[in-house]
Amino acid sequence: MSNVALSADEAAGSGSASRSILSRARSALLGRLVIIVPYLWLLIFFLVPFIIVFKISLSQTAIAMPPYVPALSLDDGIGGLFAQFGEMSFDNYVWLTEDALYFNAYISSIVIAGISTLLTLLVGYPIAYGMARAPSTLRPTLLMLVILPFWTSFLIRVYAWIGILKPEGLLNQFLQGIGVIDDPLLIMNTNTAIYIGIVYSYLPFMILPLYASLEKMDYSLIEAAQDLGCPPISAFWKITFPLSLPGVIAGCMLVFIPAVGEFVIPDLLGGSQTLMIGKTLWNEFFNNRDWPVSSAVAVILLLLLIVPIMIFQAAQARAQEQAR
Amino acid sequence: MKSLGSIRREFAPWNDPQAKAYISFENVTKRFGDFTAVNNLSLSIYEKEFFALLGASGCGKSTLLRMLAGFDEPTTGRILLDGQDMRGIPPYRRPVNMMFQSYALFPHMTVEANIGFGLKQEGMAKAEIEQRVAEMLKLVKLEQFAKRKPHQLSGGQRQRVALARSVAKRPKVLLLDEPLGALDKKLREETQFELMDLQQSLGLTFVVVTHDQEEAMTMADRIAILDKGEVMQVATPAEVYEAPISRFVAGFVGNVNMFEGTVAARDADSARITGASGAEIVVGNAGEAAAGNAVAFAIRPEKIKVSSRRPEGVANAMEGEVYDLAYLGDMTVYHVRLDDGQVVKASALNSSRASDDALSWNDRAWISFPPDAGVVLTR
Repeated sequence: MSNVALSADEAAGSGSASRSILSRARSALLGRLVIIVPYLWLLIFFLVPFIIVFKISLSQTAIAMPPYVPALSLDDGIGGLFAQFGEMSFDNYVWLTEDALYFNAYISSIVIAGISTLLTLLVGYPIAYGMARAPSTLRPTLLMLVILPFWTSFLIRVYAWIGILKPEGLLNQFLQGIGVIDDPLLIMNTNTAIYIGIVYSYLPFMILPLYASLEKMDYSLIEAAQDLGCPPISAFWKITFPLSLPGVIAGCMLVFIPAVGEFVIPDLLGGSQTLMIGKTLWNEFFNNRDWPVSSAVAVILLLLLIVPIMIFQAAQARAQEQAR
Repeated sequence: MKSLGSIRREFAPWNDPQAKAYISFENVTKRFGDFTAVNNLSLSIYEKEFFALLGASGCGKSTLLRMLAGFDEPTTGRILLDGQDMRGIPPYRRPVNMMFQSYALFPHMTVEANIGFGLKQEGMAKAEIEQRVAEMLKLVKLEQFAKRKPHQLSGGQRQRVALARSVAKRPKVLLLDEPLGALDKKLREETQFELMDLQQSLGLTFVVVTHDQEEAMTMADRIAILDKGEVMQVATPAEVYEAPISRFVAGFVGNVNMFEGTVAARDADSARITGASGAEIVVGNAGEAAAGNAVAFAIRPEKIKVSSRRPEGVANAMEGEVYDLAYLGDMTVYHVRLDDGQVVKASALNSSRASDDALSWNDRAWISFPPDAGVVLTR
């Protein structure tokens, strides 16, 4: 009797167990499906274009439509396709190492992006700090003001800086008007103009992650530091800054990565002597119509940026670990 | 008045006219815009005292603590610490340390670094810091957690780290803002006694802010009861409980029954109070109440006896009906509805396991109490 009851119990138990396994499998499948959608998105809109660019970078330039060979057409059947693969080579990459122009452009881009990022951080940190310490009723408005420039076209905003920075522009007129300078400052078409342009354009990308990390910081930590004998400035370096480091890293990466490949700002504000890889790429592509070389430039640029992107990812992961 | 001295130790500098106050608030007012958080408040706290500021939220108790720590300055009035005016002295130069309600542990530092933070600021030698930190860790029994980060600790452990950090610098005064608020009940009771032992062994002056009257009663030498930025009463826990000076204090601390009435007759010490329904109460300690005054007679539930028959030879007895009762194990709480409609709370210790005379719901019952079981309140 008791045996029967026991086995019935067991049966019920195993039944519910198998049911739960089944439902768990189903929810796992559903979970995977949810992940599959963004992966597919990335695959189609990032990986496929990248493969096309990579393929072009292995081709040779030609006066044709499209301007490179092989075009990987199926006109000659599968055998012809394989023959076309044989025509591809890494010659364009070798070319990049032979002409100092490219190396200098990469280095100069990284230096300009690095200096701009540092300047953006110096300008953005006090703004983000002020926003995070502002009365909570005022914060949405301040946040709105930071995002507001995005409502106007990026190109138009950079053009507006030409009007401000050129020798007879607003800035020089103002400074001459109040008698600070006699001759106009030559800012336009220099690296300084590029720094100004990048700092201005990318400031929101610096402020937002900084604000996010500063805003959630408990102010009583600063009070505790002061209570333990730490003057305010020292408390900032010992408590506030280290705790905002995830925001600093995120902001710097969000500025640095696009700034390295920036084309519009150096083209409009920078001088002819300014060497940046985005500009070089544009010239190869549109002026020289050398698609294979410009593709090779783009692939190398991507490889260079993978390092900071990975630093960024690691920092994000660490921040999440800390938050838990 | 009978002595109601401290339960814990012989320590009563506030009764000594020669004793000098260690911390004094002199006519301190603090306004935030239109809101007056602290209103013309004066208070003296003595060295090595365990002083509690007790009140509901918004009564100004935390503001007082923050002014003492230097995070807020009084709008008017002054605060003296060991004879020195504290106005204009920033928090990082005050010889007080605070234990924050949120603990405010630095999340990016280990337990060790948190405790040593203040010592490092002081410029103490590294070896000495290590020794002091070790001492503190031992004091709060967290030796094996020295290398952990705050987020790897339980709530109780964080509380102890915060405590160790705030006493590591040996401040003259330790300020504690709701120190046990985030702990569960059992841990809170244990920690109350730990805090008291710590205060005794370090010989520090503690000022603790709490909204929990039980916590204040357990730990403090004296309690200041605050309401709307003003001090209602400053006294030992026993005095606050047994001799409250106003209806507010009597109602705020513990359970109480209030009989509103007027003083019908007044002798040397005793008086007769007539309630609205004509019921009369004889009291033996009428205090300042004069004949004709509107007063409240406040009496604690445990001082009222409940019986099924009218007791013999008692000054005060009233009849009613058992309206509700709650058996709590160690005692039983009766709610007796008197014939004039007032509900009186009375509690009886269950000193034997069974009683022949047990009262039940809707039974007729008598409540009785001697003349000096309660206090007469004029305010």
